[in-house]
Amino acid sequence: MISKYVIWVAIAILGAFSLGTVALTQGESINALWIVTAAISVYLIAYRFYALYIATHVMQLDPNRLTPAVRLNDGLDYVPTNKNVLFGHHFAAIAGAGPLVGPVLAAQMGYLPGLLWLLVGVVLAGAVQDFMVLFISTRRNGRSLGDMVKEEMGVVPGLIAMFGTFMIITILLAVLALIVVKALAESPWGTFTVAATIPIAVFMGLYSRFFRPGRVAEVSLIGFVLLMLSIIYGGQVAADPLLAPMFTFDGKQLTLMLLVYGVVASILPVWLLLAPRDYLSTFLKIGTIIGLAIGILFVAPDLKMPAVTQFIDGTGPVWSGSLFPFLFITIACGAVSGFHALISSGTTPKLLENEMHAPMIGYGGMLMESFVAVMALVAASIIDPGVYFAMNSPAALIGTTPETAAAAISQWGFVITPEMLQETARSVGESTIISRTGGAPTLAVGMAQIFASALGGPGMMAFWYHFAILFEALFILTAVDAGTRVGRFMLQDLMGTFVPSLKSTQSISGNLLASVLCVSAWGYFLYQGVSDPLGGINTLWPLFGISNQMLAAIALTLCTVVLFKMKRQRFAWVTLLPTTWLLICTITAGMEKIFHSNPKIGFLSNAHKFQDALAQGQLLAPAKSVAQMHQIVFNNYLNAGLAALFMLVLLSVVFYGIRECIKAMRSTHPTTHEAGGVEMQSA
Amino acid sequence: MRRAVLKCNPRDIDMTPMFEKLKAFNGYFVQTAHLMVGVPSYQNYLDHMAKTHSDKPVMDYEAFFRERQAARFGEGPNRMSRCC
Repeated sequence: MISKYVIWVAIAILGAFSLGTVALTQGESINALWIVTAAISVYLIAYRFYALYIATHVMQLDPNRLTPAVRLNDGLDYVPTNKNVLFGHHFAAIAGAGPLVGPVLAAQMGYLPGLLWLLVGVVLAGAVQDFMVLFISTRRNGRSLGDMVKEEMGVVPGLIAMFGTFMIITILLAVLALIVVKALAESPWGTFTVAATIPIAVFMGLYSRFFRPGRVAEVSLIGFVLLMLSIIYGGQVAADPLLAPMFTFDGKQLTLMLLVYGVVASILPVWLLLAPRDYLSTFLKIGTIIGLAIGILFVAPDLKMPAVTQFIDGTGPVWSGSLFPFLFITIACGAVSGFHALISSGTTPKLLENEMHAPMIGYGGMLMESFVAVMALVAASIIDPGVYFAMNSPAALIGTTPETAAAAISQWGFVITPEMLQETARSVGESTIISRTGGAPTLAVGMAQIFASALGGPGMMAFWYHFAILFEALFILTAVDAGTRVGRFMLQDLMGTFVPSLKSTQSISGNLLASVLCVSAWGYFLYQGVSDPLGGINTLWPLFGISNQMLAAIALTLCTVVLFKMKRQRFAWVTLLPTTWLLICTITAGMEKIFHSNPKIGFLSNAHKFQDALAQGQLLAPAKSVAQMHQIVFNNYLNAGLAALFMLVLLSVVFYGIRECIKAMRSTHPTTHEAGGVEMQSA
Repeated sequence: MRRAVLKCNPRDIDMTPMFEKLKAFNGYFVQTAHLMVGVPSYQNYLDHMAKTHSDKPVMDYEAFFRERQAARFGEGPNRMSRCC
């Protein structure tokens, strides 16, 4: 009996020792393996004890209860699936740009605050949410989050939650597109390779539609080879005096192209562009993540970023705002992500073979996602802090030349020379790395360092940098396509209630109208972000973070209500704890984004700053005319309104949640709406 | 038991279990990769149709593949297939 626990005691000691090393080492750089060891120890212990506790006591999973995959098996949507296979599917669905970008941005406060929240957050909030939502959706035939909120909490909160989801998609697409624009602006190499994915995907689409239908592996392999060739050829394009200008665009030009692309891509047949690129992006994503894990273990790099920087006070150049609440908003997906609630109540519950697999898929899948985020944090922390700040600070703070940037950043205490900045840019095959905000380029430099140390040496840095940019841009663009499509269907449903003819997805005018509306919605925020002197990320990423955490809080509120309705309220602390924390973070961050007196943080004070300047007849950068000044004022009011809307959505769902919990407590019997309940023996 | 076999002449070693395991592993690998892009096991579909709907027409692999592709990105309930 005791021997069973010896190994867990050993893991606990190892984890505690690694965490202690990470947290207490001062003044000297530590090895990334300490962070990896600490993270894995924490995950193992959390999975073995906390996930098991939730499974046996809170949910009381029943190995004999038939899951919807078994009861409703149709070979298509409902398919009992081997748990390892399903784990792969679920992980591929939840892993995206969020867990990669958030930690990179959070690294401005040092690696320690981000690491701690990634670990604590995933164990107590993120993994609990994914696991709980998977459980309650499985008990309801795999119904979606919106449907479940409607059924368990009422029609009004259900509609509010659905509306909130649409708003999140809009802001998510804007911020994802912004990351791509920031990574590709003034980069002919990057732009060429990403543009090449369009003809490659179309070729793959035609190939697998007409020539060799359904051969996923074959066509993906061909696509992959073409992708690699396009990276290699991209280097020549960038070096060619004739071709390079043809692929060199500024942010605004790229924005326009993305908007046109978004409309066209969302009305093309899926097999032509979206599906084949989905293959490429999915396999490249999983392959690169595995490669990065092996690379970090193999190279064992030292972290150059300090454990904690002076920017925890909120004066950081990458994003503004103090550690609480903004670190928790910034990290987003790697610790807790509301979006996962949509996946855990989407395809995954319809594929679950047995309830006993839910801990591994739901809780384990999210631990894996957190590990991806930890790797991103490592990649951002192994590059020179001076380079990190040069890449992530807006031009308004560090100027546009290596000299001004090096001077400004050295003054912050991160010593760097203009030559070092130029040398870094040259080594990755770019003309400049200054103010390449958005997280993706920084991550690409970190990944290139790891990959080049393992394979190819410094001469391969430029290849690996553009490989990493392509890897991120590819799945971001796939998400933009698919997201625009989801938004389009939502809008068409909505418009269909007023003009029935627009609802049909066979209607070309309906499709086009809904696509243009949806793209305009995210395009507006994208354009606003691209033209923002503080880099756009400073405005959009917190809005995205707030909306994502808001959705997580809604999902956890639903889980709490369900526990009360099951008459298991004595276990409800499991979901109440993260709900309360998310509520505090989201509301505080929302209030600060609206009302904070610092114009870099508060939307209203920024609006007032421009209004005051207008009143005195002055023009403030980046505005070059009075009309642009008015536009900036309007944008700030719009953003403030959006933040207020997110808070309102959350508070109203929480209000309905509390009402339902009180109702459930008064009831003498369980009032939950579970489906099925057929036992294996009787079936 | 396997250990006893190993001590004998190498030619006596029965490699079938290992190949079977490798084959099974490869099967799961392919199945995982397909499911990641929204195509579940075709064999499972065939088995299911044979077992429960033996009177109904069965889609061939191409039709099955197209149906799943449309479902992943179309209007169905599974359209939310990925995360940020």
